[in-house]
Amino acid sequence: MNEVLRLEGLTKSYGNVPVLKGVDLTVRRGETVCLIGASGSGKSTLLRCVNFLGYPTSGRIFLEGKLVGREITDRSGTKLVKYREAELCSVRAHVGMVFQQFNLFPHMTAEENVMIAPIKIRGLTKSQARDLAAVHLGKVGILEKARSYPGQLSGGQQQRVAIARALAMEPAIMLFDEATSALDPELVGEVLLAMRQLAQDGTTMLVVTHELGFAYNVAHRVAFLHEGTIHEEGAPEEVLVKPRKPRTQDFLRGHTTFRMPEPEL
Amino acid sequence: MTYHWDFGFLLQLGPLLFQGLVNTVKLWAVALVCGLAIGLVVGVFRTSPSRTLRVIGTFYVETIRNTPGLVQLIWIFYALPILTGMQSSPWIAAVVSLSIYAGAYSAEIYRAGIASVELGQWEAAKALGFGFINQMRYVVLPQALTRMVPAFGNRAIELAKATTLASTIAFGELLHTAKTIAEDQYRPLETYTALTLLFTAVLLPLSYAIIQLEKRLGRKGTLHRE
Repeated sequence: MNEVLRLEGLTKSYGNVPVLKGVDLTVRRGETVCLIGASGSGKSTLLRCVNFLGYPTSGRIFLEGKLVGREITDRSGTKLVKYREAELCSVRAHVGMVFQQFNLFPHMTAEENVMIAPIKIRGLTKSQARDLAAVHLGKVGILEKARSYPGQLSGGQQQRVAIARALAMEPAIMLFDEATSALDPELVGEVLLAMRQLAQDGTTMLVVTHELGFAYNVAHRVAFLHEGTIHEEGAPEEVLVKPRKPRTQDFLRGHTTFRMPEPEL
Repeated sequence: MTYHWDFGFLLQLGPLLFQGLVNTVKLWAVALVCGLAIGLVVGVFRTSPSRTLRVIGTFYVETIRNTPGLVQLIWIFYALPILTGMQSSPWIAAVVSLSIYAGAYSAEIYRAGIASVELGQWEAAKALGFGFINQMRYVVLPQALTRMVPAFGNRAIELAKATTLASTIAFGELLHTAKTIAEDQYRPLETYTALTLLFTAVLLPLSYAIIQLEKRLGRKGTLHRE
């Protein structure tokens, strides 16, 4: 099974306002897919549907080849997917999520933040979980801060702890929801570097980002989301350098207004 | 006419007053513990995703908050036995009544404390795979509880004063003891003055401790460890 995540015809509306209008997307094992697009295009909504922090209005989500939920046909003959909360908990435990605002638990040390879910959900012992935390905190280069509380860490350090916390559940796929957007500019680099390392280690990742440089250098595929659908999708060079669709070109032009001068040789 | 103050007789009746104080403290402590426990359950109901639980919680809180504590006590002592056929002692009636009373107010403190925890904390716990109860238990409540401490302190003082309601059903707490002494000795002025001083002496240190605690938590900027 090479395919970790497949979305089929995913839609999501808030009341009468459609945000996602039928998204099809596949993420294969070991692949990093970057979702780009303007604010309000539905990137975060899409990501939040994947681990059911928001419920899709219609469409199907397959995790490691298995349909999440149970498909039923209602009286009018429309196909619906019903979700059970217990199943969604187990889905969420298999999908790692990194938030824009980090959302570390402030009453726990960095290490405890990483340990809590493996202990309470995966049933690890305390010492197993501590070893696991050391591995993942080490992976994102922040092992020396294991005993610090989130309030004692910089934004970049907090976000790296948050990444370790998600990794410790050994998820099938990692979701990043604008993981660097809340950071001071000088702290963005350390987080992107950690994410790049994960991608190179073969972690399956779906990344919502405004960092086009990251998307270009790290992603295997880039999907440009526009008005609730995937407007253009392909290899980074295709989508970011030679976009075919006018909307993608407009979006990219907006991003490159202030280009740094090339150094003179 | 000048009134001739005489507190001397109270010294001899010291043991009696002390028994009243012991009963007051006992009632206060038991009702506080039960009230906090009831409040936790109801407070969690009030923030639960289940509509039924929220309705039950709201009904309880609004019923209790909008009736006088004295009426509740009298209802439980005089009316409830008619319904159930079981006569309860003043002690049981006072404990039950004050626990229900304290439960409603502390439920509101829990609810407000829980609501003060950022949505992102719930989501982060949820995203790790925790269900509602465990999101509450491991992530939300530990943060909310520290924020609730000052409010609980105030509730504890309120409840200590509310124990005097039990004098109306002849439970031998401080006010009831004082009433007995005052009538027996024909000296209400000295007796009730002494009662006032006694309450102040017991509650003032508690109030002061709460103010200090609030200051300490306030100085930290936020109430959790940072």
